[in-house]
Formats: sequence, structure tokens, C-alpha cells
Amino acid sequence: MTGSSLLRIATETSKPPARGLKGRRPDEFNAERQVYEPHRVGLPPIGPYMRELWRRREFAFELARTNMRAQHLDTVFGRLWLVLNPLMLAGVYFVLVDIIRKGPSRGEDFLAHLIAGIFAYYFVSGSVREGARTVTRRGRLVLNTAFPRVLLPVSSVIGHFLRFLPTLAIYAVVHLVTGLPINANDLFAIPLIVLFTMVSLGLSMFVSTLQVYFRDLAQFLPYLLRLWLYLSPILYFADEVPDKYEIFIWLNPIGALLTAWSDVLIKGQAPSLFLWGVASAWAVGVVIVGGLFFMSRERDFAVRL
Amino acid sequence: MPSASETGAPAPARLGDDEFAIRVEDVSVTYRTPLDRKPTLKGRLTRRQDSGYREIEAVKHVTFDVRRGAVMGVMGANGAGKSTLMRTVAGILPPVSGRIEVVGRVSTLLSLGVGFNRDLTGRENVMLGGLAAGLTREALKERYDEIVAFAELEDFMDMPMRTYSSGMYGRLGFSVAVNMEPDILVIDEALSVGDARFRRKSFKKMRQLCKQDRTIMLVSHSLGSILDLADDAIWLDKGELRMQGEPKAVIDSYADFLGVEEDAVTMDDV
Repeated sequence: MTGSSLLRIATETSKPPARGLKGRRPDEFNAERQVYEPHRVGLPPIGPYMRELWRRREFAFELARTNMRAQHLDTVFGRLWLVLNPLMLAGVYFVLVDIIRKGPSRGEDFLAHLIAGIFAYYFVSGSVREGARTVTRRGRLVLNTAFPRVLLPVSSVIGHFLRFLPTLAIYAVVHLVTGLPINANDLFAIPLIVLFTMVSLGLSMFVSTLQVYFRDLAQFLPYLLRLWLYLSPILYFADEVPDKYEIFIWLNPIGALLTAWSDVLIKGQAPSLFLWGVASAWAVGVVIVGGLFFMSRERDFAVRL
Repeated sequence: MPSASETGAPAPARLGDDEFAIRVEDVSVTYRTPLDRKPTLKGRLTRRQDSGYREIEAVKHVTFDVRRGAVMGVMGANGAGKSTLMRTVAGILPPVSGRIEVVGRVSTLLSLGVGFNRDLTGRENVMLGGLAAGLTREALKERYDEIVAFAELEDFMDMPMRTYSSGMYGRLGFSVAVNMEPDILVIDEALSVGDARFRRKSFKKMRQLCKQDRTIMLVSHSLGSILDLADDAIWLDKGELRMQGEPKAVIDSYADFLGVEEDAVTMDDV
């Protein structure tokens, strides 16, 4: 199959396309016809777009891996740095918010909560930070090759997911050392990771589109991300938040998610239905809004880079 | 002089449904381009009046067919809309009106090279470029040696591309584009890269592709290249199709229009 489906309205094939079959040579599909017409609405046809996206998923993985290689994250010390960096950050914040303050220490539970929260937050914020530049940095590729541009933010999320995995192993060690309960509820962490990934993807798509129009966004972003960290229940437990500020937890796309994350990992309990509802609503909403925003604008990228 | 402009003048001879590889019907491409080189939020907030955009009509009501297995030469002065038209045919830019039909897989070699990231190695760039273009990893691995051999870059593939000379850059770009086994190859001003020997080699490769029933759209300022390779030619002027026909005839009119003689210089580069 050829070119892109970005602009495709109609695809006629003379034989059924065997999409996604590995090992099949693409020239088997050369009887294919592409038609490019103006879009009547802002969005490309979703069905073919998604199929093309899936067919080229290898590109997103390869781009993520190549980026990590370029940052030497494939070496032993690179991997070490990958886990040391958030771990040291957690150490700094532990000193800041637990040791240097009045009253008794919140203890090991809080340290585990802080580490788990920082690791998850790092996954989301890293995806967003890199995602912001993912389209503008690939100007040449975007100008020369037709492919579903969503692959670019997807690859930034994949890259940060791959960075997130080793930190999960570190958390597991912390979890064991601090003697936190291990039970079946810990398995709820898996759907929560899916939700974290969805939020990362949605926000990456959103900011990478904005970055095309406002090239200084990536410079403002670190401040916003820092503020976001402080507004999220990471440096404190969600139930420590005074009632009048509780609303900020629910208004935060990862507020409920991080609360549920801590409930599962630290308290060893299943999150309430309410938490699931708010966390999922944010994740789904962010992916839909970010995705629609990106896809409705991506035809415009080639003339703005 | 046959002309197809927005007045609905007699369209050039159309090909039958099974004869064409590319069909461009009354296509216009317009876009708004920011006057700031880099639009910023700060710029938006601090600019006094909002005149930050200019509308550019790059391609206006262009209609033509390209026969399967033919080489179509595309000529025109700087800013005539050649690159925009090529990007539209490749599906990178959307047309504002009209319709483009393309039969087969398109491989592009447009003016900026093949989407290469200078900090990555040649190998990584070939893999990424190929995967983005829709090839499978297996197909790329199969062709990799051939791509490298054709570009004559065996010793450089694991070096970052910022260490490459511009000739090496161009050779690798060309080699990737032609070795993707495209049904349609769109080449934009890529022939001037490389030395005389590589140029000869690239001509030979393109002729070979044509023999395999593959179609080429060749944008060049070198009228000699078009005369040498093309079976058919179009001339774009300020976004409009001025002429389509035999390469020799189109080149003559185009050279007349430019007011230059067909001497060694113009045949090489205009």
C-alpha cells in the first residue's frame, strides 16, 4: 500500500489488501489506487487512517529506539542513569517535603508513595516534553514522506514507556524493602499504567500540534510541568489535601489516576469506582481531544515547517 | 500553444483508465504561510496588528495525466509551484480543489533530501525513512545492501550523517528513493547532486526503472536531463500549466520564454 492515507477519501483495491502481514512485500499491493481530494471536513477518514497507522507501527518503535540510542540509553550506564535520575529526584523531594518539616516523618509508606508517584509522573511528563518537539524536529521527514503523522507522538510515548519499565522494577524493590503488602489488588496497577499511557499520548498529540503553531511552547512547558507536579498528589497523599482544594485533584488529568495508583501500590486496596470513573474519563477524554486536534491539523504541518 | 488554465480551455489528451499512473484533474493548492519564520506565542501576543500570514496560490487548476512507465519532465522557474505539485502528487500536501489519482506506491526524493536526521547514522536514516514510507522491516533488510552499494557508501553507513559531504547525502537519498522499488518515483531537483559518474549511473537506473513499467516524475532545472530522459514534459509558470507535450517542444518554448539560448549552460542548468 502506498503513500499515505492522510488525504485519502476513497481507496479501491483490485485485491484484498493483506495489511499488517509481516514478510509480505509491499509491491504486492501495487495495483492500488489512491485518490487525493480536499477534505470536506477537517479530519482524514478515520478507518483507513487507523489501518495505515497500524501498518506502519514499526516506524514508531524504530524511531523511539533510535532516539534512545542517540541518547546512549542503550548502554549500561545509560540504563543506570535512566533509573538513577528519577530515584535521585525522589530523594531530593523526600528531603524537601518530609524531613525538613514540622511534625513526625510520614515514614516509609510515604517514601514508597513518593517514588511510585514520581516514576509515573516522569513517564507522563517525559512523553509530553519530548512530544512537544516531535513534529517540529522531524520537519524534513514530514516534508518528504507521506505517513500518518500521529506516529510521531506515538513514538515519543513508546520511548518514554520503555524508559518507565526499568523504573517499575526499582519500585518493586522499594515496595519489598519497605514491607508494603503484596496482594491481588496490586494487579490493578496494570490498567492504571494503560490509563497513564493514554494520558501521555493524548497530551503529546495536543502539545505537538500546538508547538507547530507556537514554537516557543516547548520553552514554557517545563514551568507548566513543574507546576503540574506540585498540583498532583505526589509530594503529598491525596487524603491530606484540605477539602476546599480537593477539586484540584479531580480537575487534574492525572489527579484521580495518581490517587488510585497510590491506593493500589501503597495501601494495597482496590481504587473506588469513583476514582476509576474520573481517571478513565480523563484518559479517554484527553486521547480523543488530543487525537482529534492533531489529526484535524496534521495536513497543515507540511506547509508550516 | 496548448494551454490548460482555469478558463476550461481544451484539456490535454487524456489517457484511458488503465494507461495512466498519475491523473491530476483541475488541482489547485493554496496555503497560508506565516511571515514570521518561526511563529511563537510571544510573537502572537506582542504583535500590534495581525498581518502575520500570506496566502500563496502555489498551484492553479492544473490538469494532466502521466502514462504508466513514462518519464514526465517538469520544468518551470523558481517559485512556479513545481515542488508543491510534487508534494501534492505524493500525498504530502492536500489539494484545495480538484482530484489526484495515483496508481501504485510512490517513492519521493524531494528537494530537501529524504527526511534525514543529520545526527543519526546513515543506516538509521535508511531504516527510518523506509519504514515511514511504508516498507516492512524485512523488505528493507533485503534491499539494504543494494541501497548502500548503489550509493557507494559502504564505509560510511555507521557514521552520523552530519559527517557526510553534500554529494554523499544526495547519493544516499537517490539510492534510497530508487531502491524502494516504487511504482512511481517523484524526483525533485536531485540530479545535480553527485559527480558526473554518479549522475550517469542515476540516469541508467532511471531508464532501467522505466523498462520495468515504473513511472517517473522528474523535476529539473537541467533541460538536458529532461531532454535526455523524459517522454513527456510539462511547463509550470506561476502555478499554472503553460504547456504539455513532447519534451523537445516544451523545452524550446520554455527556453524562449526565459529568453535564454539552449547552450551548454542552459542545457545543464537553468
